[in-house]
Amino acid sequence: MRVWVPLDAAARALGADEVAAALARDFTVTRNGTRGMIWLEPLVEVERDGIRYGYGPVAAQDVEGLMQAIRSGNDHPLALGPVEDLPWMQAQQRLTFARVGIIDPLSLSEFEAHGGLAGLVRAIEIGPRRIIDELTQSGLRGRGGAGFPTGIKWQTVADAPGARKYIVCNADEGDSGSFADRMLMEGDPLTLIEGMVIAGIATGAVQGYVYVRSEYPDAIRVLEAAIGKARQAGILGPSVLGSEHAFEIELRVGAGAYICGEETSLLNSLEGRRGTVRAKPPIPALEGFLGRPTVVNNVISLGTVPWILTHGGAEYARLGIGRSKGTIPIQLSGNVRHAGLFEAPFGMTLGQIINDIGGGTASGRPVKAAQVGGPLGAYVPHWNFDVPFGYEELAGRDGLLGHAGITVFDDSADMLKLARFAMEFCAAESCGKCTPCRIGSVRGVETIDRIAAGDPQAIELLTDLCHTMKWGSLCALGGFAPFPVMSALTHFPQDFNGRNQPRQEAAE
Amino acid sequence: MTLAARDADFRQRLDDIIAAHRDREGPLLPILHDVQAEWGHIPEQAQPLIAVALGMTRAEVHGVVSFYHDFRERPAGRHVLRLCRAEACQSMGADALADQLRAALGLDWHQTSADGRLTLEPVFCLGLCACAPSAQLGDRLLGRATLEKVRRMVAEVGA
Repeated sequence: MRVWVPLDAAARALGADEVAAALARDFTVTRNGTRGMIWLEPLVEVERDGIRYGYGPVAAQDVEGLMQAIRSGNDHPLALGPVEDLPWMQAQQRLTFARVGIIDPLSLSEFEAHGGLAGLVRAIEIGPRRIIDELTQSGLRGRGGAGFPTGIKWQTVADAPGARKYIVCNADEGDSGSFADRMLMEGDPLTLIEGMVIAGIATGAVQGYVYVRSEYPDAIRVLEAAIGKARQAGILGPSVLGSEHAFEIELRVGAGAYICGEETSLLNSLEGRRGTVRAKPPIPALEGFLGRPTVVNNVISLGTVPWILTHGGAEYARLGIGRSKGTIPIQLSGNVRHAGLFEAPFGMTLGQIINDIGGGTASGRPVKAAQVGGPLGAYVPHWNFDVPFGYEELAGRDGLLGHAGITVFDDSADMLKLARFAMEFCAAESCGKCTPCRIGSVRGVETIDRIAAGDPQAIELLTDLCHTMKWGSLCALGGFAPFPVMSALTHFPQDFNGRNQPRQEAAE
Repeated sequence: MTLAARDADFRQRLDDIIAAHRDREGPLLPILHDVQAEWGHIPEQAQPLIAVALGMTRAEVHGVVSFYHDFRERPAGRHVLRLCRAEACQSMGADALADQLRAALGLDWHQTSADGRLTLEPVFCLGLCACAPSAQLGDRLLGRATLEKVRRMVAEVGA
């Protein structure tokens, strides 16, 4: 009998290793990625008659009783039934995450048995021009936050003169509330590798780099092992799957700087320099890594490419709304009952996601607001939860989709404190290159403290400062920090007014 | 070991690390990671040697070392406890947990205990936002952290 226990970092943080070790005394345990139902982790799966049954959340002390139930086929209090039939699974359309949680992430045979490599095989058949056509037709936009059309970026690099070009995967997923990249790298790393090889073929690049943040040791380990497997299998190397295309991937580890998630900072960091922002133009597609034409895409963008090549761009573009095509891996976190990763076509409303899918708050108190798109995303108040999940739709409400993370807060949240944190974070992580971000964020913290101390004039000053940062900063760190700050101030003025006691300083 | 012998040993090990990476495109970060893995920090005397080997100035190397949160110019405690302070964790009570923990350990952020066993550091996102609040001790991750759970984890490693 086959038994699965996730090796995903979140599952491990909830005790999956202890559970797996205990089960391994009696069963052959496969470590899989997570299905994304983090509130059920560690989720143990057992296969009977070709159907996978779930038990969760399982603690180490449950294992003894669980093993008896598994062997005898008897009922168990933690039994969830067939995993695929759970409402969370049924309501999704998993394309990018189709294999995550199902296969052993490092098994090439399972990867192929579940559709892996089909995209690459087709890419080799149809060649660069038609690969980019498919991608353009799919409408895929960069899932890292900027939302730039991936097909156009690849076309620019393909057309750029230069003998040596690069594919750089941005795996510096530093946004709080975002963990889709981590989950994909830990749960199905070969799909990322496949996507990068396709990008190489499409643009004429023969070298790829994955820049992973150091805070993800599990992802680093799994991806490193997957790169080795891909090399052995001829997916990487001088002749990709026996074709005339060569492609190699090297993994690089960041060193704890949020700003290195910004593409030009990432390139500087990869070159071994301080991770400061570069002014654009020139764009990285023309002058990127070491001044050469470079595709910089995030993990989810590249990991979605194989599906698009396998099923066709038109098939992908059928899903979604407006200019937000396809599916989006939504990361639901914070104070929410059912936190985890949920992949669905664009277009669900925020309220549907938070209340129906997420089941409301974990604390049982009313939802106050949700921060959408990471630490630089706006706080959307609960009365605006009718907004559909899409790039333009959120922008229309002064929000941003970002990396598609949604962090939920209940009514105990102090919006002034959260606004202050956004400025403090910006001050701590600013690369220092441009003044609005470097100085503005420090002044922003001070100004919010003045508001907290009861100075009403400081509100106007903060608004003006945010305007300067938004339009004067070189990159999204300083440019977008006003989103959380101004949204908190605009929607929850009562949290900013009527404070005349000096506030306790934050810890740092 | 005499100072001179230790010095020669140090040089040899550093040269090995540099040699292992110098032909890569952008070798500095991989070198610094290995140096820190070897000595627990970036020793001051390593920086000019790395600079010479890579054709950089000392200031450039120091600029890189000081830019990144990961690189230390002094060793940390034997165990490093990191507590996430980002928004998702905040929404689940990370601030209160941090206050309790700092009081319980008698440590503030970036401080090391007097016996050199434990260093406390803030971290901004471990990607465990769906099981917040989260912490990390060495390689071990902790989701849905409570004061009790963190203290147990710290006690288990003898920190």
